[in-house]
Amino acid sequence: MRQLFAIAAAAGFIAASAQAGPGPDEDQLEIDGLKIVTEVKAPDDHPLDVIYSGWRFRTDETQSLQMDDFENPAMVAVEYGIELWDTPAGTSNKSCADCHGDVEDMAGLKAITPKWDEAAGAPLTLEDLVNRSIKEHQGGEGWKWESAEMLAMTALIGMQSRGMPVNVQSDGPMADWVEKGKDLYYTRVGQLDMSCANCHEDNNGQYIRADHLSQGNTNGFPTYRFKWQGLGSLHRRFSGCMKNIRAQPFKRGSDEFTALEIYLATRGAGLGVESPSVRN
Amino acid sequence: MPRKICAAAIVTAIGLTGEAWAGTISPDSVEFEDGAIAASLTGVAGNAETGRKVFANRKQGNCLACHQNEDLRAEPFHGEVGPMMDGVADRWTEAELRGIVVNSKMTFDGTIMPSFYRTTNGARPLEKFEGKTILTAEQVEDVVAYLLTLKD
Ligand code: HEC
Ligand code: HEC
Repeated sequence: MRQLFAIAAAAGFIAASAQAGPGPDEDQLEIDGLKIVTEVKAPDDHPLDVIYSGWRFRTDETQSLQMDDFENPAMVAVEYGIELWDTPAGTSNKSCADCHGDVEDMAGLKAITPKWDEAAGAPLTLEDLVNRSIKEHQGGEGWKWESAEMLAMTALIGMQSRGMPVNVQSDGPMADWVEKGKDLYYTRVGQLDMSCANCHEDNNGQYIRADHLSQGNTNGFPTYRFKWQGLGSLHRRFSGCMKNIRAQPFKRGSDEFTALEIYLATRGAGLGVESPSVRN
Repeated sequence: MPRKICAAAIVTAIGLTGEAWAGTISPDSVEFEDGAIAASLTGVAGNAETGRKVFANRKQGNCLACHQNEDLRAEPFHGEVGPMMDGVADRWTEAELRGIVVNSKMTFDGTIMPSFYRTTNGARPLEKFEGKTILTAEQVEDVVAYLLTLKD
């Protein structure tokens, strides 16, 4: 009965939705011949049976935009990223390309970040790594977390890992960070008093008003969202989810959000990197 | 002068949470019995018509985010997270319904459903909601009056 009603409601009101109803759909993601894993059997100690990419919870229309780079609205930013990669800047007057060569050499990086950094004694996100290189090697200022430049560069570098399985280190010095992220994931916050788990673990596959809840995986970031009319970072998404439950978000780039990012990456291990993905 | 402004601000703030009215039970002094609350929070019966609006309004109850409800079928986007509201008044008494809306956790252990008349919810509330209830006592009574109309 509940399901029937949901299907009727979705068909009537969510014009864009072709595969309404609970749960992920059966569609398979392929971009220009590259198959991307959107479904992995979860390990035994995982709270879910099967891990799904958020792509599997989106409408056919949204899904199709991500299946073709000519239609993917994030590609404008990727173009800008290429321009930045090749433009000399900073006191060194060198471009990223001058030191790193082709950006394709960055393949694999997105799949393993945040990664432990011995010198920093902390894990570094992709944003941290970009800024460190700009500051230490290029002699520049670094970019703001949510700036057009940072989003363009993380989208471009992220894209080089497309299809590679998310594989962030969770043991050794990272174990504490995984634990910390897990704590945050299960802590109820905000006036609405909810945890990430309430929505993304307990109720994924259900509609919460107009939104089809996914498992909240991170393999697609940075993401182009219609709501944002542009690219946004994972930490922006965290911030939005917290504000929705009327909680004061942590700052982008904070230890808290980095810990959440690490924990979520370990929860979604094995999913293919989709950066830059398209979501509503 | 600044003191006056400050006092005025406090008065408005209290006014907004609806706690200033005599006879209204404050969030801290609500008494539960097995999750239920016998007495009206305001001392009077709520208005079901207003309650219907509070139930649907995204900035107020937003109950439709989680509950389907035939009576509000014309409203787009019903959620599927909680049970269907049809016939809810046949399943629960007025006192039980009031208890569920005020603090659902007293009836359903660990539920996702927010507690609508409680000031001590999750950590880190956004500043503008700090120490405030989601609904006023009047709104709770209005929603309860509305729920009581939902019979099979
Ligand atoms: C009230 C429900 C709710 C809560 C609580 C919530 N989220 Fe979300 N979240 C959503 C909705 C709705 C979306 C958009 C649909 C989707 O992808 O699930 C979303 C999307 C996401 C996404 C993007 C997934 C993708 O594929 O693009 C991530 C990541 C995420 N949430 C993480 C979190 C984290 C971390 C927390 C806790 C700090 C959290 N969420 C709390 C409702 C919630
Ligand atoms: C974020 C989700 C959510 C929101 C918002 C929400 N509820 Fe609920 N509600 C639930 C869930 C889930 C249950 C079932 C109890 C459980 O298993 O946790 C429930 C149970 C109930 C019940 C008992 C229903 C039955 O048949 O047993 C009533 C009555 C109720 N809710 C009323 C409301 C009202 C009124 C509002 C708004 C003022 C509201 N709810 C908002 C999730 C929600």
